[in-house]
Amino acid sequence: MDVLYFAWVRERIGLPRERVESEAATVRDLVGELSAREERYALAFSDLEALRVAVDQELSDFDAPLAGVREVAFFPPMTGG
Amino acid sequence: MTVRVQEAPFDMGAEVAAFSAAQAGMGAIVTFSGIVRDLPGGGLEAMEIEHYPGMTESALEKIAEEARRRFELGDALVIHRHGRLAPGALIMMVATAAPHRAAAFAGAEFLMDYLKSRAPFWKREITAEGARWVEAREADEEALSRW
Repeated sequence: MDVLYFAWVRERIGLPRERVESEAATVRDLVGELSAREERYALAFSDLEALRVAVDQELSDFDAPLAGVREVAFFPPMTGG
Repeated sequence: MTVRVQEAPFDMGAEVAAFSAAQAGMGAIVTFSGIVRDLPGGGLEAMEIEHYPGMTESALEKIAEEARRRFELGDALVIHRHGRLAPGALIMMVATAAPHRAAAFAGAEFLMDYLKSRAPFWKREITAEGARWVEAREADEEALSRW
């Protein structure tokens, strides 16, 4: 699946998007896999309360299942308007 | 319902005139515009707005459709810019049309409340000292509970 990062999450991880091969069942499992990879991921995901997630471009939550999902995005709370 | 996400500036007067001209049968039009606020005492060089292409448009369309349904709006327009904006520049606008003003005002407020914390935009303030991501305010999240 494609994993996208926005705003300070993008800056902390150091890239806007990447292709991730994962068997993670939920968003939370994916976060665990990414955090285990490298310090910069662990740092970006250290406080999930401060993060929001979209699954296939719909706002979702960390318990959302990932079966069949094409795109997951992580970002801070939105500040539009 | 029209939703536009763009980097280019837009002409608020021309947009409102075109929107208003298309509202046969409506009696009320409410418009709101948001501009780049300078820091207290000045010093803001620019506001950078990042967004999530694809999701931004679909999120705004969903919010506009929900506003239309709830308040029985005749029409709604949302324009939101992204990229680097100077202090005082127009960031965004909404316009709503309804038979009477109460629905047009409520529809515009609903659109703004949802757009602030449910559409994937992120603002960053650029000053001589560096850049700082604007943090979401708790009040913005609380504003949603009244709907």
